[in-house]
Amino acid sequence: MNSIVLTLIGLAIILAGYLLYSKFIGGKLYRLNDANVTPAHEFQDGVDFVPTNKYVLWGHHFTSVAGAAPIVGPAVAVIWGWAPAFLWVTLGTVFFAGMHDLGALWASIRNKGQSIGTLSGRYIGNRGRNLFLVVIFLLLLMVNAAFATVISNLLVSQPTSVIPVWGAIVVALLIGQAIYKFKWNLVVVSIVGVVALYALILVGDRFPISLPDTIMGMSAGAFWVLILFVYAGIASLLPVWMLLQPRDYINGLQLFIGLGLLYGAILLSNPTIVAPAYNNNLPPDTPSIVPLLFVTIACGAISGFHGMVASGTSSKQLDKETDARFVGYFGAVGEGLLALGTIIAVTAGFESLASWEETYSAFNQGGVVAFVQAGGSILNSGIGLPESLSATVLATMAVLFAATTMDTGVRLQRYVVEEIGGLMKFKVNTVVATIIVLVCGMGLAFGADITGSGAGGMVIWPLFGTTNQLMAALTLAIITVMLVRLRRTILPVVIPLVFVLVMTVYALIVQLGQFYAAGNWLLVVLDIIILVASIWVIFESAMAIGKARKEGPDLTDDPQLAEEHSGAQRR
Amino acid sequence: MPSADNSHDAARPGSVPPSRGEERPGRSRLAELGRRFSAGLQDFYAAPYRRSFQRAKRDQDDLFMMLVLSEALGLPNPASYYTLELLPVVYENFHEWHTRMGMERSPLNEISCC
Repeated sequence: MNSIVLTLIGLAIILAGYLLYSKFIGGKLYRLNDANVTPAHEFQDGVDFVPTNKYVLWGHHFTSVAGAAPIVGPAVAVIWGWAPAFLWVTLGTVFFAGMHDLGALWASIRNKGQSIGTLSGRYIGNRGRNLFLVVIFLLLLMVNAAFATVISNLLVSQPTSVIPVWGAIVVALLIGQAIYKFKWNLVVVSIVGVVALYALILVGDRFPISLPDTIMGMSAGAFWVLILFVYAGIASLLPVWMLLQPRDYINGLQLFIGLGLLYGAILLSNPTIVAPAYNNNLPPDTPSIVPLLFVTIACGAISGFHGMVASGTSSKQLDKETDARFVGYFGAVGEGLLALGTIIAVTAGFESLASWEETYSAFNQGGVVAFVQAGGSILNSGIGLPESLSATVLATMAVLFAATTMDTGVRLQRYVVEEIGGLMKFKVNTVVATIIVLVCGMGLAFGADITGSGAGGMVIWPLFGTTNQLMAALTLAIITVMLVRLRRTILPVVIPLVFVLVMTVYALIVQLGQFYAAGNWLLVVLDIIILVASIWVIFESAMAIGKARKEGPDLTDDPQLAEEHSGAQRR
Repeated sequence: MPSADNSHDAARPGSVPPSRGEERPGRSRLAELGRRFSAGLQDFYAAPYRRSFQRAKRDQDDLFMMLVLSEALGLPNPASYYTLELLPVVYENFHEWHTRMGMERSPLNEISCC
């Protein structure tokens, strides 16, 4: 199969989704209307509520939601062949992710820019808020453990990326100083920062750093996981301007550069897809495609994490209501494109079917390491970068994306721990909360893997997908309740909602069996907790939707409609 | 619209008249685009962290408030002679401060804000 043809088909599906389907749901379903005043204008305070240009806002939204996950998921899931992953990513982006992200934005702007957490209290019921805290805690726990492992795997398999990855932290620290102490112009800083990062990649490529097989009694991978958590803990406690802000910024720029490089190289080199469309020669012990595909690829098809970003920050900055379509839906499109590029890279970047099968020799083999190697060979033939340098570039990028997410994840989870502490009438200070977060994350990363290599994160990858989908289901349930109250058609939301919930529960049960068979009790317990949370989500949403159906129509969520209605009654 | 651009330049007091034949009609538009891009980039950099900055600033202000009021709160402060002068400046935020610190009523008899 010709990769350019497949790329173009994928792009066409996703863009058609943006042009046609988002127009339908934005117009008919959510009825975005510029006559409604957005929270950014209503509560303008110069801090959270700031009307922002839609392209800038899209930039924020996209760089906050997209990270390593849309690379890791598809890079694992192509083991079933390229076609299932391709279809789930393209159709998922169009009918699931875009609708969900736009819906989360809509739900939030019609509710004073409140977050999904608050909205679940309002629409799902009193227990909704606690349910949300449980799901978000699990989600962040998985994110931190899984991404630490992703980074550690890359650092071990691609020793040339060690210098640029850790050097990037120094670059970020210097950028922070340049901006706040020396007041450099941001355009200049950006150019200097990106050039410095790529110079480090060149240096790293010349001087690979491999750790010895065992350090302080643990494997190299485990040692990196430990260091990463210690780093993330320190980073989350530093003032944000020093490290996290410039780091986020430079890594955000990499996202655009990375997408450009990936698609540019695919189009220039036109590699042939060697992987089968549907893999009939699956390695033994590969779990069944249904339901595992749908939780292995979460980000890139539908991800609850987006709803948090959409309702937490983006909704407070939306200048006009109709901008939501571009910011929310096109934000999901951006991530879908990253996932699509990954699928092409990991199925076309191999010389032959045999070498592809050699890499994908078992479930969770391949993954992001395969992406780096395969993508590296495509970059090599596309733009002529030496193969090892291309692999270093991609490994560094993938690590930086994962690191941004992990930094944010540790910070966010600290807030969640503080909030849970507050609910239990127990004051948790910042350092204690951070330590709790780190201990939980490391406990999962090490405990999940019974061999003790610290590579447990990859075992929990599909489990991370389930919590992510659960979060999405909670958001979709809120959107459904709002639509029922407005007496609008709910099928475009309910079908994905049911699909996601069924796949999540099914996947949790399948995985429960696997963890039980492997005797991994930590994951058995974790799986059961998530299963209980999903059943809780199903019951609460069903009850909330049923209640909204029984009650009369409530137009408060559509100011224009409510106004017309009351006007008609007065007449 | 070159004519509109020129009239705009002429109308602005103190603007440099187009000289040396370098000023082309598209140039000011280009500069405008550059300025907007730069502003957008600035926004892209700053916006996600506005709230953290606000919080950090508030924490610093709270500490400062305590230093200014320390003598009145019973903490000996060698610089109290100087901080006394600052009292009127911080007074405005006093009510917010003591409520944020978990004291419903003003802790100082001399200052009654609520």
